Amino acid sequence: MTSTKKDPVVVVLQLTGGNDYANTVIRYADPLYRDNRPGIGIPEGQELRIDDEIGFHPAMGAIKEMYDQNQVAIIHGVGYPNAPRSHFRSMDIWHTCAPDRLGTEGWLGRAALDIDPNKENVVTTVCFGPSIFRALVYPGVPVACVGNLDTYGMLPGVTEKDQRAKILDRFARMYVPAIGTGLVDDYLGQIGLDCLAGADILKAAPQLYSSEVEYPDSTIAKKLKGIAQIHEANLGTRIFYCDHGVFDTHANQVGAHGTLWSEVSQAVQSFFDDLREHDAADNVVMLLFSEFGRRLHDNGSGSDHGAGGVAFAIGDTVKGGQYSEYPSLKAEDLEQGDLVPNMDFRGFYSTVLEDHLGLDAKGIVEGEFEKPRFLG
Amino acid sequence: MAEQDIPLMAHLMRRAGFGASREELEERADKGYEATVDELLDLDQNEPFNKFRMLRYHPWTWKPGTMTGHGAGEWMHRMVSTKRPLEEKMTLFWHQLFATGVSKIDHYHELSTMIDVFREKGMGEYRELLLEMAKNPAMIYWLDNCENHGDAVNENWGRELLELFSMGVGNYTEVDVREASRAFTGWTLTPVPPRGPMGRHNWQFEYKDWDHDHDEKTFLGETGDFNGEDIIDIILKNPATSRFIARHLYNFFVADEPQVPAWSVTPPNDPEAIETIAQALRDSNYDIRSAMRVLLKSDFFKKARYTRIKSHAEVVVGALRLVGGYDFPSPGIGNLSKEPGYMGQELLNPPSVEGWHTGSEWINSGSLMARINFTANLISDTSKPGIQNIINRLKAQGDLSPESFVDTCLDLMGPLDVGQEVKQELVDHAGAAGALKWGSEQDSAASTDRVSEMLQLVVSTRDYQYA
Repeated sequence: MTSTKKDPVVVVLQLTGGNDYANTVIRYADPLYRDNRPGIGIPEGQELRIDDEIGFHPAMGAIKEMYDQNQVAIIHGVGYPNAPRSHFRSMDIWHTCAPDRLGTEGWLGRAALDIDPNKENVVTTVCFGPSIFRALVYPGVPVACVGNLDTYGMLPGVTEKDQRAKILDRFARMYVPAIGTGLVDDYLGQIGLDCLAGADILKAAPQLYSSEVEYPDSTIAKKLKGIAQIHEANLGTRIFYCDHGVFDTHANQVGAHGTLWSEVSQAVQSFFDDLREHDAADNVVMLLFSEFGRRLHDNGSGSDHGAGGVAFAIGDTVKGGQYSEYPSLKAEDLEQGDLVPNMDFRGFYSTVLEDHLGLDAKGIVEGEFEKPRFLG
Repeated sequence: MAEQDIPLMAHLMRRAGFGASREELEERADKGYEATVDELLDLDQNEPFNKFRMLRYHPWTWKPGTMTGHGAGEWMHRMVSTKRPLEEKMTLFWHQLFATGVSKIDHYHELSTMIDVFREKGMGEYRELLLEMAKNPAMIYWLDNCENHGDAVNENWGRELLELFSMGVGNYTEVDVREASRAFTGWTLTPVPPRGPMGRHNWQFEYKDWDHDHDEKTFLGETGDFNGEDIIDIILKNPATSRFIARHLYNFFVADEPQVPAWSVTPPNDPEAIETIAQALRDSNYDIRSAMRVLLKSDFFKKARYTRIKSHAEVVVGALRLVGGYDFPSPGIGNLSKEPGYMGQELLNPPSVEGWHTGSEWINSGSLMARINFTANLISDTSKPGIQNIINRLKAQGDLSPESFVDTCLDLMGPLDVGQEVKQELVDHAGAAGALKWGSEQDSAASTDRVSEMLQLVVSTRDYQYA
């Protein structure tokens, strides 16, 4: 059994912009929800109920179906103390696990180093860009950043075979780390070499791929399809990262938030359908998070930056259900009008790191935090 | 002109513009450094962009609609063809600082109007620019100030005004955010019906006094019935604003700094330089032109050669200006504006109000590949005038040893100072085919190919990623 065990894989889908917790997982039976959401509340009866208190946003039908099959863990009240309510600072904190200082190393960068300490595989981490996420950054740890998987390669203009081999060889030699040229140069050198190696490996993935699953037409579906292609090609990728947004719904939230969630829900469902079709789902856990939840009381047509939010873990090995507690909506329990987090996000990370990836979380998230037990 | 003036002039033109041909550098070096700085700052010395010629050949640039990636066509052509490089560079600077994106605005015309404001006011007094931004319909919609009502405050604009456009995190409280937002209640936009039956409605600023919160506010220790302008005045009295803007100027024009969100916890790399720029701002009533004059003439600027990673826009515009032939608005120029987007810097569509992450964060395996592939592809076309000039200068030196061949290429592409190891690789590559000869037609054709390949290797180096 152990010899055929597949390596665990984590896929992070970041909900960029601050997803509104209160309208994602709705306390539909709580009169305080109605009181606080006169402008943007989901009308009672439209929510997709999972028990007699809580329901999903009506656009999350696909995720509700997966929840009903015990594949979705809802982690309530996720956050950290003293939320700064700034997108950028908060995202940095989620990425680096460093709320009290400027962190430059990403938590998944550290995890990748533990998984592949000799950096043998340049595609251990694959990021669907175009830009890289700080969560993946760690000095010397390779990240293959893919915009379009089909055209990934260096100097495609040089086509003659011999000449191409020579010029790529020369390129590699120019990017060999030189002594004493500084950190940025070392970084560029590493990236250049990783580019060459990664392109060689990844170009195989779309050629090997075929699937019956039809993904919906959205940017997040395209990214998840690319992730499925690479995962199913067995290239040894253990960490995938992508994002969708923008969830910064200060205004016109009703339409925008629904569109975003229907895109995410349908793409996630297609992704897991694809993986199952290829017997490649049982070692994958997907995490969804956002940098903060939004203010409980709406501003008429949207909601402002808040604190406590919701995270999800999805996968065949996930023990579906609800973890931690929904923070109180009572006015006296709010902090500056915001839901108070009761589950540190580093505990959420720790569950995945320890009970899925089999790593020691303490060094990665910088401390010990209560783990929601949605795995193992 | 002294030969040693060329590297410094090339540096100035990379930073205060998008690079220049060797011919231009030689002319400017003759004129002198200080005089060139003054000319760059005094925009009227050079002719403006011909908007009407642009419209004649590309009428779609008047109202570029909402097609993804098509909105920055005119701006890209301006950057590539302008005779006033600092004007466009400054505009790019403000677009990075007041990062506003079509992902939400969904209205390129309004975004282009904002870019026009950067061009018109970007070198004047900062107060005027801030006020223009507070009244800019695209900005109002981007940061939801149209939803900021007297009886229902929306904090988005108020917060970013303090966090990203003036003082930076750590210089105000959550209460200040609230109070600033209240002062901007009623600052909204209204649609203007189009003249014809077609097209989207334009927007214009409207102040609705009835929707403004006229109660007393306490902001940064001052109390009164403040309106938006008062908030801007109070912000500008706070020296934190001068330091914050100075740090932005330093990060964009001088040398890479940590990312903006880190500024509240990480001191600048060169605090003295930033204080010098901040002082120039305070001394001049926040006149950006005055601060830029101090910056560009300072020793810390002159010494900062190749200490910034080029943004993707700089890579694309710089390469297009280098190879030349893009002065005329030919067919297809619209597509050029999308190139930085393929690398991770879609013009008019920054990822968030924070703008793009700069410095080494421009580079990841995907973006490095896209930068190199774009530049190498462009530069491999030896029919382009800029490349022809390089070939002619090589030819003028007669037959060249591999080493002189490489030296001349590096000189004309920068001058670029690559390390010994990289230089040796280039020389080895050149040496495989012996000396560069132009005697016979056959030699000339082979040598032209070799130049093309050598230039592709040069732009593939790490060193070429810096400005």
